[in-house]
Amino acid sequence: MITPIASPSVEIRGVTKRFGEMAAVDDVSLAIGRGEFFALLGPSGCGKTTLLRMIAGLETPTAGTILIDGVDVTRMSPHDRPANMVFQQYALFPHLTVAGNVAFGLRYQGLPKRDWTAKVADALALVRLAGLESRRPDQLSGGQRQRVALARALVLEPKVLLLDEPLAALDQKLRKEVQVELKTLQRTLGITFLFVTHDQEEALALSDRMAVMSHGRVAQVGSPAEIFERPETELVAEFMGASNFFTAEARDAGPGLLGLRLASGAEIAVPAPAPPRGPFRPGDAVRFTVRPEKLTLCSSVSPDAAAVPVIIENCVYQGVSTLWMARGAGGEQFVVCQQNGAPVTGLPEASAGTAAFLCWNPAHTVVVQ
Amino acid sequence: MKARGARALLLPTWAVLGVFFLAPLALMLAVSFRQRGVYGGLRAVTDLAAYLRSGAWLANYIRSVSPIYLSIGWRSLWMAVLTTVLCLLISYPVAWWIAVRAPRRWKNLLLGLVVVPFWTSFLIRTYAWMFILRGQGLLNAVLLGSGVIHRPLELLYTPFAVMIGLVYGELPFMILPLYASLEKLDRTLLEAAADLGAGRAAVFRRVTVPLTMPGIVAGVVLVFIPSLGQFVVSDLLGGAKSMLLGNLIQNQFAVARNQPFGAALAFELTAAVLLLLLAYALYMKRKGEEVLL
Amino acid sequence: MTRDPDGGLRIGSPWPRRLLVSHGVLVYLFLYLPVAVLVVFSFNAARQTAVWSGFTLDWYRRLLRDDGLLDAVRNSLEVAAVTTGVATVLGTLAALALGRSPAGFRGQRATQALLMLPVVIPEIVLGAALVTFFGVSRLRLSLATVIIAHVVFSISYVAIVVRARLAGLDPALEEAARDLGAGPFDTFRRVTLPLLLPGVVASALLVFTLSIDDYVITSFVAGVGATTLPLHIYSMLKVGVTPEVNAVSTLLLAVTIVLIVVAQRLLQEDRRTT
Repeated sequence: MITPIASPSVEIRGVTKRFGEMAAVDDVSLAIGRGEFFALLGPSGCGKTTLLRMIAGLETPTAGTILIDGVDVTRMSPHDRPANMVFQQYALFPHLTVAGNVAFGLRYQGLPKRDWTAKVADALALVRLAGLESRRPDQLSGGQRQRVALARALVLEPKVLLLDEPLAALDQKLRKEVQVELKTLQRTLGITFLFVTHDQEEALALSDRMAVMSHGRVAQVGSPAEIFERPETELVAEFMGASNFFTAEARDAGPGLLGLRLASGAEIAVPAPAPPRGPFRPGDAVRFTVRPEKLTLCSSVSPDAAAVPVIIENCVYQGVSTLWMARGAGGEQFVVCQQNGAPVTGLPEASAGTAAFLCWNPAHTVVVQ
Repeated sequence: MKARGARALLLPTWAVLGVFFLAPLALMLAVSFRQRGVYGGLRAVTDLAAYLRSGAWLANYIRSVSPIYLSIGWRSLWMAVLTTVLCLLISYPVAWWIAVRAPRRWKNLLLGLVVVPFWTSFLIRTYAWMFILRGQGLLNAVLLGSGVIHRPLELLYTPFAVMIGLVYGELPFMILPLYASLEKLDRTLLEAAADLGAGRAAVFRRVTVPLTMPGIVAGVVLVFIPSLGQFVVSDLLGGAKSMLLGNLIQNQFAVARNQPFGAALAFELTAAVLLLLLAYALYMKRKGEEVLL
Repeated sequence: MTRDPDGGLRIGSPWPRRLLVSHGVLVYLFLYLPVAVLVVFSFNAARQTAVWSGFTLDWYRRLLRDDGLLDAVRNSLEVAAVTTGVATVLGTLAALALGRSPAGFRGQRATQALLMLPVVIPEIVLGAALVTFFGVSRLRLSLATVIIAHVVFSISYVAIVVRARLAGLDPALEEAARDLGAGPFDTFRRVTLPLLLPGVVASALLVFTLSIDDYVITSFVAGVGATTLPLHIYSMLKVGVTPEVNAVSTLLLAVTIVLIVVAQRLLQEDRRTT
């Protein structure tokens, strides 16, 4: 469900990009609000990078239009667009100094030359790289190079900043730091940031809203919480790590509720799913998912509880949490993730082969398409 | 850039090569069908139809396969084949050494030492052998001086001298493509073969050689073709006995002033070369790799 | 599975290490000794024999007094300079056209074939064809015809080297320039060209070297008074082996080696910074 946004910063209408027979981007429509930190999330090959490049102007759509701040930029060359990109490998010019790199685009903005030094200094201060003007790219660390790339794009005061997998080239420790910095930077500047990533953690941490893409199409758009807690399709759920899927039979329940009859015969009432899921008539097959961390292993349950009988197969200690792998009656695999420290209800020591139940709070049931 | 812009950039190159490369070649082909005039130019053709009907336009080509000239062509072919084979046998171990066995810090130096002769004047490198092999040359001086022989050996102006000169000149052209191919060789494949039971000779025969075949073929092409059209080496180091196709052609243009016959010979040489290259291109296409140039 | 500490591989090596090394050393000696001998004997005091009888610079001094030689050097430099200028420009343009245009544009395959021909066709065929052409078009053989011939075979070399450099450039750099506001011409001038320059200069040096060293093609198309250095050397050779020839060979060799080393350095440095 796409919520209409008044005067969006970037609007993508029915954009398709074909390479030969293959459609890398297939009829995508999105609206990104002003000052939003927006993520395009998806596995490699889903079309997110192609979409980003079309917004930057480095590729031309086969069909559809792209508007930035209400202006149709679909056929505009990259140098005329009010959008600037931070490339995945940064693409710093090796034959120019840091200052030379940052100042590169200033001459096309009509500013007198004497103002450039000040602007460059401001941009470098913004990314906390003041004083490194005369260094060359090959003398900088990976993190420093990224900041130069940022400064180079931001000094031109674009309406939209595009980032291609901004954290992919950084090591683990640096990634956390840069995440915080990027978020602060965006809030300070207030401009629209649009970034592409395959890492769901990154998307959840940074974005105000995100779009999950797969096979060239948008699967779901929403806030991180919405996408994480209420994925609309099995595909999105899988991608976000909700890998437990169950089937049940639809039943009538009260207003705002959906009744589900589980395999065990128990009937539970869950929050009614919003469109595009459903509507469900009694007797319809319903697929739903429960996140691994919302499941617990119980040794016994009451007949009305939301529970599924399983056989425990494996258990992996992960420090902060423990993963339990279990197999259901029909052979399906389930994963339970429990924080260590909280007692496992009724199962202080479970081992492979033990029969148990997966139980959960019905409110955590998420119906998927 | 757009296709139109690209074509504009290519215009000067096409102009220069079209006028001064393609046109001369086409012209030479036409000349090869004519006859030598009395004073060395071209004999005028008054009746084109009659000329064509009489078959005189093929005269030069027919003449080129008469025994005297055929033997020269044959000799050139044999020299080229022998040169190529010798170069291959000598070069492969060297290329292997540089690419696979040499310590890393020596690699660049060793490679550079092969590249330098590659670009140096063929003339000078051939002259060096004149200096060494002649009657009063270095080799004889050393052998005589140390008493190994008592009369100077007649090494210069023999097919042997031409052979040495050819191999000497073409060696870098064989080493470099072999090196390039061996450099790309995945060593773990050799380890896998050995692990599966292949001895050293078998690994070489069944893994290394097939995998470096593109390099071998490239080297063969790069050595065989210039050897076929060689004339400097045979002129300086060979004698009348070692006249090769290249000398024959040059002779027609410079001395005998029979441009049509020379042109015909040149074209036969070109045809042989182009056929070889076509075979090479087809071979590379089959392998799915990009052609050398 | 054994590896030598320096990185060599013993598995699958058909030749024992010692044999391999000695063969390699012998081949290198074979490649360099004849020429080294040439150089050494250019300083030999004796004229006729190949027996060392003292160090002298006489032969070099005689070269300086040989007007014919000096003329030939001047001609060679002139030809090489003009050839390098023209061929480098045309070859670079061709490389850009082939490397930065939509794949498979009309004329691309034909151009690549065209550029390959001057390199693979035997020099003697090229020389013969050109002299025939000049004869028929009544163009008098002179230094100009030599320049034309040299340009013809040089363009391809420049195109090949520059094309290779171009292929090694990160396309993201040019995309970044366009993203930051540079139009196509500015992108070329401020990003592509500076990064391409070491390759262009290296190919120019290579072409210069080839032009200075060329004998076969030049011998066909040089007119009277258009003697280049290799032509002059050749006539000296035909007269006989003399120390002067050793001397001039040594000088030519020295110049060539310097040019090659500089070109190699440029190409290596370019590889390091891109």
